[in-house]
Amino acid sequence: MSRLESLRIATRALRINKLRSALTVLGIIVGVGAVVCMVSVGAGAQAEVSEKIRTLGANLLLVMPGARNSGGARLESGTQPTLTEEDAASIRRELVDVQVAAPLLSRSIPLVAANKNWVTVVAGINADYLVAREWQVASGRSFTSDEIVSGAKVAIVGSVIVEELFNGHAGPGETLRIGNVPFTVIGVLGKKGVGAAGRSQDDVVFIPLSAAKSRVLGAVRGTTREALDFISIKVSDATAMPEIERQIETLLRQRHRIRADAPSDFKIENPAEILFARGAAVRLLGSLLIAVAAVSLVVGGISIMNIMLVSVTERTREIGLRMAVGASRRDIRWQFLIEALILALMGGLVGAVLGAAAAIAIAWKAGWPILISPWAIVLACGFAGFIGISFGLYPAHRAARLDPIVALRFE
Amino acid sequence: MQPLVRTAGLSKHYPCGGAIVRAVSNVSLAIEHGEFVAIRGRSGSGKSTLMNLLGLLDRPDFGDYALNGREVAGLSEDRRAAIRRHDIGFVFQVPALLPRATALENVELPLVYAGIPPSRRRRAAKDALERVGLADRGHHWPNQLSGGEQQRVVIARATVNDPALILADEPTGSLDSATSDEILSLFETLHRDGRTIIVITHATDVADRARRQITLHDGRVIKDAEVTTKNSPLNAAALDSSP
Repeated sequence: MSRLESLRIATRALRINKLRSALTVLGIIVGVGAVVCMVSVGAGAQAEVSEKIRTLGANLLLVMPGARNSGGARLESGTQPTLTEEDAASIRRELVDVQVAAPLLSRSIPLVAANKNWVTVVAGINADYLVAREWQVASGRSFTSDEIVSGAKVAIVGSVIVEELFNGHAGPGETLRIGNVPFTVIGVLGKKGVGAAGRSQDDVVFIPLSAAKSRVLGAVRGTTREALDFISIKVSDATAMPEIERQIETLLRQRHRIRADAPSDFKIENPAEILFARGAAVRLLGSLLIAVAAVSLVVGGISIMNIMLVSVTERTREIGLRMAVGASRRDIRWQFLIEALILALMGGLVGAVLGAAAAIAIAWKAGWPILISPWAIVLACGFAGFIGISFGLYPAHRAARLDPIVALRFE
Repeated sequence: MQPLVRTAGLSKHYPCGGAIVRAVSNVSLAIEHGEFVAIRGRSGSGKSTLMNLLGLLDRPDFGDYALNGREVAGLSEDRRAAIRRHDIGFVFQVPALLPRATALENVELPLVYAGIPPSRRRRAAKDALERVGLADRGHHWPNQLSGGEQQRVVIARATVNDPALILADEPTGSLDSATSDEILSLFETLHRDGRTIIVITHATDVADRARRQITLHDGRVIKDAEVTTKNSPLNAAALDSSP
């Protein structure tokens, strides 16, 4: 008998017990679904992390102001305006492996251009900041050192600003009012996309730090005009980063005259490391779920074996009859083996579809790229098939070993 | 020409409690092509065991069995399955049909295992159903057919692969007398068409339809005789119609 014929007999038997077949493969569905979902989500999360690290700029450290101690209660970080432009300059000057140390001062401010307005982050920087973030000016130019020193009223805008204020086509030379101060656009930034904090990095206006302090932000902030939001530090060598972190710590503690037993009034972050850690958490969760999936697949295999044994017992007479009219033991073995295999593969297929759907839903919700891994589907379905065969062998063997006379008399 | 069935010293013993039951003991038979033979005996006489041996469903402990001149007693299970599939048709006491297959599909079953392509086996199955008078019932499920009809489907299945030997074990055992008569007439028709039939029965009226009766007692052949023609209603009718 051909295997095609076995296939026909097996599918027919499964169709007769649709509900039972569906319940039997539930374990396989869950197992394969979890594998496909987790591998895809993991790949998406990984791609997301890599992309964020790439847009962040390589080898970046952030120095942020620390938290203020207010009668024993520590307020959130940044409440104590401690970092100054001088700190940034001295970090660059004193530490060998520091390529740039870029100060930044920012605030959300309403913008007006012609008849449109928009609220966005206006950041005072110097040209070093764009170097640290590896950010290109797509059209126009960056700040000159004259403009930085004199606090010129010039601005470099992100692509979102171009979209929102200038209808998508703004060249250098346009005028933009930040608060009440008119600025001239001299450049448009290249696109960076969504950043680590989840908002578009292109929704930003950069102006010279001196201009920000004297003309825009200093006025509304009501704090020390020297205080910065953070300092971005680009390190020339990735391996030197932990060492640089220590050196910055020492240097700033000296500069801020902090006693040896007092806590620092600033903190240093490695944003790439934080993103990596977040990715690692997703990966760990993924491997846990895959372990659960493996258990589920084995349980699914056992339930296939169980139902196949029931099926062999139920169909003892049928087996005897088939043997009497000439089915060989091989024919009977194949019939039940193929039945188990089809059960497992159907479960695998349904599981793959459900798993992919769940992965798409999660990726969509989390804003990750959707990466359905085809090899995960093939591997998971292949493993389901393997489970079907291995747990179907024993019931099939039992069916094939039946004595036709005994089987025919079985009631 | 070789006899279709030739056994020599065929024996099958079962351990039962401490003792050994000689279900079939030293049976030597020769059945020619085209014979219609009844194997009689009370229950426990070993006739079912003999049928299982002749039908290659079971293996003898001793003795030889040649089917169509070929020694088959020592063959492997798969070789015996191949012979069952090509050379033997079975009719059982309780009509043994697959409940989830139509009459036509049930008749096709031996051809499926013989590897006959679907279109050819469908045609052969239709022909076989037509021969038993059920041409229009091919698409019915077994539970939509009466007991007699089911048994006729079984007979169609037993003949669909044109086997050398048809073995029937109490083929009318579960049927009323009128239906039994129909089934027995069907066997007579098959016999007239030249088929070799062995019917196993404990009932005299069934055995009397055959042309030769072999009686078993405690696993041994105690009587082997031609049936006198006057006992056969068919031959009586034939005599009546002759000048």
